[in-house]
Amino acid sequence: MTAMETMAWFPACSVDDVPANGGVCVKCGEEQIALYHFTRRNEWYATQNECPHRRQMVLSRGMIGSQNDEPKVACPFHKKTFSLVTGECLNDSECALKTYPVRVEAGRVFIGIGV
Amino acid sequence: MRVVIVGNGMVGYKFCEKMAARNTHGQYELTVFGEEARPAYDRVHLSEFFAGKSANDLLLADAGWYASRGIVLHLGDPVQRIDRGSKTVYSHKGLAVPYDYLVLATGSSAFVPPIPGIEKNGVFIYRTIEDLELIGSWAKRTRKGTVIGGGLLGLEAAKALLDLGIRDTSVVEFAPRLMPRQVDEAGAQLLQLKLEALGLSIHTSKSTSAILGDEAVTGLSFADGTVLDTDMIVVSAGIKPRDELAKACGIATGTRGGIVVNDFLQTSDDAVYAIGECALHREMIYGLVAPGYEMAEVVAAQLGGDEKTFTGFDMSTKLKLIGIDVASFGNPFSCEAGTRTIVLNDGINGFYKRVNITADGKHLLGGVLVGDASQYNMLLQTCKNKLVLPPNPEDIILGARGGESAEAGVASLPDDAYICSCESVSKGAICQAIESGEETTEALKKCTKAGTGCGGCLPMVKDLLNHTLKAQGRYIRNVICEHFQYSRQELYDLVKLHELKSYEAVLDKLGTGDGCELCKPSVASLLASLWNEMILQKGNDTAQDSNDRFLANIQKGGTYSVVPRVPGGEITPDKLIIIGQVAKKYHLYTKITGGQRIDLFGAHLSDLPLIWKELIDAGFESGHAYGKALRTVKSCVGSTWCRFGLHDSVSFAIRIEERYRGLRAPHKIKSAVSGCIRECAEAQSKDFGIIATEKGWNLYVCGNGGSKPQHALLLATDLDEATCIRYIDRFLMFYIKTADPLTRMAVWLNKMEGGIDYLRNVVVSDSLGMAAQLEAEMQLLVDSYRCEWKEAVENPEIRKRFNHFVNAPEEKDPSISFDAMREQKRAKEWK
Repeated sequence: MTAMETMAWFPACSVDDVPANGGVCVKCGEEQIALYHFTRRNEWYATQNECPHRRQMVLSRGMIGSQNDEPKVACPFHKKTFSLVTGECLNDSECALKTYPVRVEAGRVFIGIGV
Repeated sequence: MRVVIVGNGMVGYKFCEKMAARNTHGQYELTVFGEEARPAYDRVHLSEFFAGKSANDLLLADAGWYASRGIVLHLGDPVQRIDRGSKTVYSHKGLAVPYDYLVLATGSSAFVPPIPGIEKNGVFIYRTIEDLELIGSWAKRTRKGTVIGGGLLGLEAAKALLDLGIRDTSVVEFAPRLMPRQVDEAGAQLLQLKLEALGLSIHTSKSTSAILGDEAVTGLSFADGTVLDTDMIVVSAGIKPRDELAKACGIATGTRGGIVVNDFLQTSDDAVYAIGECALHREMIYGLVAPGYEMAEVVAAQLGGDEKTFTGFDMSTKLKLIGIDVASFGNPFSCEAGTRTIVLNDGINGFYKRVNITADGKHLLGGVLVGDASQYNMLLQTCKNKLVLPPNPEDIILGARGGESAEAGVASLPDDAYICSCESVSKGAICQAIESGEETTEALKKCTKAGTGCGGCLPMVKDLLNHTLKAQGRYIRNVICEHFQYSRQELYDLVKLHELKSYEAVLDKLGTGDGCELCKPSVASLLASLWNEMILQKGNDTAQDSNDRFLANIQKGGTYSVVPRVPGGEITPDKLIIIGQVAKKYHLYTKITGGQRIDLFGAHLSDLPLIWKELIDAGFESGHAYGKALRTVKSCVGSTWCRFGLHDSVSFAIRIEERYRGLRAPHKIKSAVSGCIRECAEAQSKDFGIIATEKGWNLYVCGNGGSKPQHALLLATDLDEATCIRYIDRFLMFYIKTADPLTRMAVWLNKMEGGIDYLRNVVVSDSLGMAAQLEAEMQLLVDSYRCEWKEAVENPEIRKRFNHFVNAPEEKDPSISFDAMREQKRAKEWK
């Protein structure tokens, strides 16, 4: 719990701003964070927006889905897929995504960023 | 066990990788000394540094990789001295590290011939990233560049100079031909012709006698008295093994350099090993990476207590030199008496193939390929494994004429044949992985590492996979993905039967799990083919493929390109002006496409609706360049202007394009109409093409340009326009209903049992009794067409999605940047 207490929660947007089973990009200072509403699973996820493969700011535009029940996102460029839970790349182990916790309160979505 | 590795090049790194994999109980303490400031990088692809790759991109692994495996890495700190008595190495910075075993992976340096003037400014070698940086900065004031050495590395260096923009680049070779070690006379001649066509000047049989100039180089003079002007020189005349450290501590070295090793790769001191380009094994220095990797494996195995020896390595190579395939395998020259040689020298298509065969015609000894090395893998395996050749041995380079597929080749290989020579993965290892349950090439790459090096063996891995699965009788059910246990055709019928209209509804009713990037676009596409509803509504927006989701083509950097429809390629001056104005206003790069349209590149996501609003107001509509849909119907100018034209091909092309615009299908569809048999619209390379005849129109189907070109086949002749359209209606609907996802028409037909005759029966003779239904279904789609960009622009809910930041919609992605090029711009090269 101590880890949670030192977390700063960035107000990202409202629940309605995010398309069902899709993502949006949140500007958080200089950082770009991809926020996904996995409506089907009733879950929220956040990862870095940059795909580490070719360093493109596009993951929020990627398709989300599952692989053996592991929720994942596919990059629009070359379809590299990453676990939304661990950020791990599911095609090869060479790169991984930074992930962030997400909290929803009163219709607002917050992303947990380290302080 | 303390293991010290001297040298952090490609082979030194590979050794670390092999050792780390074996270091399961922390039994090894590994310490690495590297001379350069960076961790090991990919020297094989060094020239890509100038083609836009950064030094970091070339790294094989970053410093964190070593740290996380407990490997102590000292960079920029070369070992100065080895004390074999106390088994200790002393580094430049003063470290003293004891070892139980020492591995020398010191590599090689460039051999610089002692030519008078070689010390002048502007003379470089081509070996490290630092060399490249020096070359790069000197190249800015250079108009003429010269490479000394026409071998493999020399030609790589020449490519680097071309990449640096030095148009006037020469290659000087001492031998009478290029690549004298790998390629024979005739092959080298063709290679030279091809390189000259690319702008390189090649000078063979030239012995450089002096380098001219005061402080900086101005030219070269040759032994034959001739002179070549140049502003810079890159010397790439061979390599010199780095054996000085070994020599200084009394380890045996060869008279012409190299640390002498036995089959265990031990030096004259059995606690010291040498691997890679510094090692002299049976009088041979191996200047390629694959044998170096094999040596790394051999030493790692021995330290782990496994029996493994190095008994030589095949020096076969395949490479792409400035876009030209060159390969050489086995014995490329065959001088022994009685060997037979088959040569195929195709001056028209620009390739040369030579194979050397035993006197009895049974076995392949080696060969040379220039211009087309697609058969390299198969030939190499045939040669290495001493496979018996077919009765007409020329078939192996001419390609089988009728019958016999390449698959039989994979099957005939023995289990110990190396399929992947970069990672030394045998056929047996791959088959074993397949037998233990791996069913995809991706999975095989991950578990066997095959195909992770140069990737050249991937087609064979795939063949092997298909063949092994089939041989085991494992039924490969043609399902879309893990979420749907149906083929696309089955799914199409079920979705229609249940009248499902959204991806979520289809998944709930017919699938399991949460979907993925395979089934989402497939289902979204067939929903569009069935109901033709706006693709971004009913929650289907997030099921669309990347391009469909934003109704534009995503390009490098994350901007999009915009293609308005220009039916038949006919456009008024006013509309051209509008396109120009829009492009100027939104700073777009403009290019004419292959399909007679205009592509506007570099649009920010948030500008897309604004751009389209202006285009639509001027009478344009979506060109569906982003969709698996009808793209363009290209046309020649036809009988309205052309003195040869039989009919008005432009009008017919416009009619066809407007009829099928927006039609979504398993893959993109391209078409063309030509006004006479001269075929200026290239209709026979299209998914369907129409050519005017004296009596009407001929209809061709299932052609393809792209990576595997295929001519379209004649479906019906001398049709009137109405009949032609009816046949196309039936044909397209039949394709949409039955093809697998992402299958172009050419492939669809190739897989169809009965082929074109069956297809003709269905479309022309109505053998399935479906013609009326197919036509009615198509008419429904034609009648329900609306421009989806018009709908998107008018719908505020959809428009809202066209912003980069959800919480700062007015801001564009700050990471996007462009470079200037020929008065326009281009996307910044990605990393």
